[in-house]
Amino acid sequence: MSEPVLIAEDLGRDYEVGGGLFGKPGLVRAVTDTSFTLSPGKTLAVVGESGCGKSTLARMVTLIEEPTRGKLSIAGIPTVPENWDRLRTEVQIVFQDPYGSLNLRQRVGAILEEPLKINRRDMSAKERQEKGREMMRLVGLRPEHYDRYPHMFSGGQRQRIAVARALMLEPRLLVLDEPVSALDLSIQSQILNLLLDLQERLGLAYLFISHDLSVVRHIADDVVVMYLGRPVETGPKDEVFERPRHPYTRALLSATPRAEPGAGRRRIELKGELPSPLNVPPGCPFAPRCWKTQDVCREVRPALEGTPHPAACHFPEDEVVEAERA
Amino acid sequence: MSLLRIRNLTVEFATGGGQFRAVDSVDVDVGEGEILAIVGESGSGKSVSMLATMGLLPWTATITADEMSFDGQDLRRLSGRARRQIIGRDLAMIFQEPMSSLNPCFTTGFQIREALRQHTDLNSRQRQDRAVELLTMVGIPDAERRLKAFPHQLSGGMNQRVMIAMAIACRPRLLIADEPTTALDVTIQAQILDLLTGLQRDTGMGLILITHDMGVVAETAERVAVQYAGQKVEDQPVADLFATPHHPYTAALLAALPERATERRLATIPGVVPGQHDRPQGCLFSPRCQFADERCRTVPPPVQPAELGRARCHYPLHAPEVAA
Ligand SMILES: Nc1ncnc2c1ncn2[C@@H]1O[C@H](COP(=O)(O)OP(=O)(O)O)[C@@H](O)[C@H]1O
Ligand code: SF4
Ligand SMILES: [Mg+2]
Repeated sequence: MSEPVLIAEDLGRDYEVGGGLFGKPGLVRAVTDTSFTLSPGKTLAVVGESGCGKSTLARMVTLIEEPTRGKLSIAGIPTVPENWDRLRTEVQIVFQDPYGSLNLRQRVGAILEEPLKINRRDMSAKERQEKGREMMRLVGLRPEHYDRYPHMFSGGQRQRIAVARALMLEPRLLVLDEPVSALDLSIQSQILNLLLDLQERLGLAYLFISHDLSVVRHIADDVVVMYLGRPVETGPKDEVFERPRHPYTRALLSATPRAEPGAGRRRIELKGELPSPLNVPPGCPFAPRCWKTQDVCREVRPALEGTPHPAACHFPEDEVVEAERA
Repeated sequence: MSLLRIRNLTVEFATGGGQFRAVDSVDVDVGEGEILAIVGESGSGKSVSMLATMGLLPWTATITADEMSFDGQDLRRLSGRARRQIIGRDLAMIFQEPMSSLNPCFTTGFQIREALRQHTDLNSRQRQDRAVELLTMVGIPDAERRLKAFPHQLSGGMNQRVMIAMAIACRPRLLIADEPTTALDVTIQAQILDLLTGLQRDTGMGLILITHDMGVVAETAERVAVQYAGQKVEDQPVADLFATPHHPYTAALLAALPERATERRLATIPGVVPGQHDRPQGCLFSPRCQFADERCRTVPPPVQPAELGRARCHYPLHAPEVAA
């Protein structure tokens, strides 16, 4: 097997917050104790609800922010600031909202050539343009689109432009932050197919961030489920979806509506809302909302461990799932 | 009998580029105690058709219809007084963006009490009690304290519940919920949908749920209207719609769902929804339809009978074989 493109070891990122007029300053552990590897040609999905640390993780992987704890390396090179310049071409990001992430005053051609202008000073204008046009073909845009402005495109086509721009420097790793969430269903499938095609042709690794479990189920190889900044379950996609071990994963799956009328599933109802990240409970972060909580859950933080794939829970769902399958 | 009955509703906006038809000959029927989902991609006219019903469109909109009635009363001929009796009271709406419809300058309590003041004869003590009761009903713990909060002090899910509390404050007979969960996390979405369907069961009100999420439709609705480019293209009971869609657009949408995928590559619908300036001659779906022929491209299709899902199509799918 080829070397992983991305390795995270006990990765964490804290923020100092507050210290306003009355509030006392606090420490938010936006991401903590996060480990994973991602190999070329594979897709690792990070799922969880808003505030679970998905975007912070994306910002660390795309070299926008430095980890405050643990280690992160891309293509075997640690992502310390001294290395950011040489890593910049290895990792690129595509955001949810193509409108917000494209410069609306630039023509498509200029948008595509810009990363080359900055990072490939050796390239001539002609070479840049050739590369830009080649990339447009690759993502399914037409040659005449080169001189148009982003507002002349539909949402799906703008997302193609964003993908094309991300690929200009030939990165090995793409971070896809909710790449199809803003798109209509009929366009969503076009973009997902494009991502699959590009991955096959270019051997790209995808860190796929999404709250849409039906999309993740279709596109991912492996899944990390995050809750309040920490992974609570991780494993191969089929295992996690078919035999979820953490109660939170089960609740998340049961809350996801399925396009099957009368499927008649029991929905697991969660109490309360996500606690403030300033007040993460000492034991299991999910304990205040979990239906199986015991004293040990409130006191001792469960480790991410166990088989067939790790889950951070004192009372994983193994028997339940077995019973339901029987 | 229908609680809300709309026939041939068309809404056009005056825009810089000329008249733009956002809603095109739409019929709506929803009965007491019924849950109707209106599903369609963004821009298909779901919100505009319901805003027209509520009388909430700006002056740039031209609304025409053969009929728009609520409980037998013509919504277009209401006097100011009768209008206040119905809109906001018997007929209430939850809007797509909670933050844009809650006033940031007032506490949630003030806003709920104000809705009650306008539409009921409760005194101020009773209004406060009812406000507490409403927040508790929509699952907001610690209601008294939450009534003193401003919208920005609450989470998105909380604000959405406050909106629902305001909408149901006067016990509406029909509630229109426009994408009430689109901006929320799935576990909160599940809570809000359970809340809405629970209210509908307990009070017997009718519910129109506007959404673009086929999963939400499948789990919540009894009947589904599918909109495309301003037109209703299909209307069927939910199980039938998913099992035997009659309009090619509905069929294509269902096929594009990742959870229905049978292969790694998903089914797609080529092209995009027509815009103001490239509205096709015949069937609006014809440039993207795999079954389109010359007739589809030139002649607007008829609305098929109910057995064929009222599909607006020349060649509805799953039609019984016509004997030669
Ligand atoms: N006030 C307005 N003026 C002009 N066009 C509008 C106005 N409101 C909505 N539209 C247009 O009407 C069409 C239908 O919009 P809408 O009903 O909001 O769609 P949906 O709710 O199905 O997403 C869209 O193309 C939208 O841009
Ligand atoms: S009328 Fe023709 S083009 Fe339109 S949906 Fe039916 S078959 Fe397709
Ligand atoms: Mg809308």
